[in-house]
Amino acid sequence: MRVSMSIDQSTAAKVAKLARIKVEEDALPALADEFNTILGFIEQLNEVDVDGVEPMTSVTPQRLKRREDVVNDGNQQDKVLANAPDAREGFFAVPKVVE
Amino acid sequence: MSDLNKLGLAEARDALRKGDTTSVELTEACLKAIDGADALNAFVHKTPEIALERAKAADERIKAGDAPSMCGLPVGIKDLFCTKGVDSQAASNILKGFKPEYESTVSQKLLDAGSVMLGKLNMDEFAMGSSNETSAYGDAVSPWRREGEDTQLTPGGSSGGSASAVAADLCLAATGTDTGGSIRQPAAFTGTVGIKPTYGRCSRWGIVAFASSLDQAGPMTKSVRDAAIMLEAMAGHDPKDSTSADLAVPDFEAMLTGDIKGKKIGIPKEYRMEGMPAEIEKLWADGTAMLKDAGAEIVDISLPHTKYALPAYYVIAPAEASSNLARYDGVRYGHRATLAQGDGITEMYEKTRAEGFGHEVQRRVMVGTYVLSAGFYDAYYNRARRVRTLIKKDFEDVFATGVDAILTPATPSAAFGLGEMTDADPVQMYLNDVFTVTVNLAGLPGISVPAGLDAQGLPLGLQLIGRPWEEGDLLNTAYALEQAAGFVAKPGKWW
Repeated sequence: MRVSMSIDQSTAAKVAKLARIKVEEDALPALADEFNTILGFIEQLNEVDVDGVEPMTSVTPQRLKRREDVVNDGNQQDKVLANAPDAREGFFAVPKVVE
Repeated sequence: MSDLNKLGLAEARDALRKGDTTSVELTEACLKAIDGADALNAFVHKTPEIALERAKAADERIKAGDAPSMCGLPVGIKDLFCTKGVDSQAASNILKGFKPEYESTVSQKLLDAGSVMLGKLNMDEFAMGSSNETSAYGDAVSPWRREGEDTQLTPGGSSGGSASAVAADLCLAATGTDTGGSIRQPAAFTGTVGIKPTYGRCSRWGIVAFASSLDQAGPMTKSVRDAAIMLEAMAGHDPKDSTSADLAVPDFEAMLTGDIKGKKIGIPKEYRMEGMPAEIEKLWADGTAMLKDAGAEIVDISLPHTKYALPAYYVIAPAEASSNLARYDGVRYGHRATLAQGDGITEMYEKTRAEGFGHEVQRRVMVGTYVLSAGFYDAYYNRARRVRTLIKKDFEDVFATGVDAILTPATPSAAFGLGEMTDADPVQMYLNDVFTVTVNLAGLPGISVPAGLDAQGLPLGLQLIGRPWEEGDLLNTAYALEQAAGFVAKPGKWW
């Protein structure tokens, strides 16, 4: 399948929004240019015949290990919160989420 | 003994066991070298108290006759490894001040093996870079300089601080990580040895994730023997990483016989890139001749999808990064932006990530977001994963013909100057990894061995690629190459 490779400013803005990274309006043209350079490079992949080829899911053929479905951790609230920018009364504090 | 910091792991280990020196003496020599090398900006968090405490404990163990493999040997740890109670920020401002409550499995294993942590080492931010210029700590600087020049050179990246520290004898060895070449390229740029083991050989638990299907830890050392010693200490199954292999770790050092008679070494024609500098071409030919003289059989091979490795990597790695780095949200750890009146949680995320991530990290996260977004997932991400399958199959086909290892250049050039690539487009920088990235995509072990100097006196490395899980055999071939190349150059001290 061929895809359109050119990214415009509004697409760049949309991607920044999806990635939750604030990009100022005046930085969008340069960002779109960089995306286009990288995507132009990636476009070479369209030359490869991938018909009937499975997408790789694991580079080693091993089956992932399973562990017993038991509680093996917990009771470390202080440690979990130790690095939080804003921890209050045993919780992570964030700006109001629900109006 | 003088200049203890200049020893390698094997020499220091033997000296400790003979009682010729102590871990405290070794550690003090390294700490002194580190304090005198701030100009290299290699160690970004120094931990002298922890080092001396562990050195004293190691000396007690040696005295008691209970010395594990790396007992008393001072090493540096890349900032990507979480170390309990010690700053671990992946060279990013978004993790500024982060002090993990836990120890990564690999650094814990090194601790259990008796080694002494000297501090944390500079790197590219989140291991995204090939020159150590994306670091929030500023550039790491190579101890090497071009003959008759004082231009500051890159030690390579992302494990640039590790490479600089080992090459400048600030530590006996260091940990690195390698997602697309981040151990092998800096090793090649600094005349040191770096091995990326088979995917799954070392646990990734507690190592800040970049691209989980590609990331592997490995040692950066002054010799192949040291790499064997340190890899053995770092490797092994870990229930906390479901992709870590439940396979026995061999005694790698015991496998270093230097005998490679009858081994089949493949020379891939696709690595003869257009515009390859004559010096790299010659280094490769010389290395081939050395292995042949040592009794190996040289065969021409083809890895037809090589050309597509870098573009596939620059879909897969950013895709995984965009997912892995979603955790940096300003809630649980690290930086949170100061918010304006009325800002909600979305503004908090967006401002925090804009302030905390550097330019290259932002770019890769957004590229990853794009290739995973609705409508493009199949065209980009799934196609790249299909190409990855073909790249791995290229290697499988070659190994099926009886090839034991593959010899290639490690990098397309010697180290470049810091700032020299600033105006290049991002793809130019990505080309640094052209010879190394295939190995990550195929999950194979690869090692960079210093093999010569260029006309300006800078080190050049050769890469050997091995069969999966056969690091022992690969290290032995590297050992034979090291013996034949006889690389002994060291950077002149200017710092």
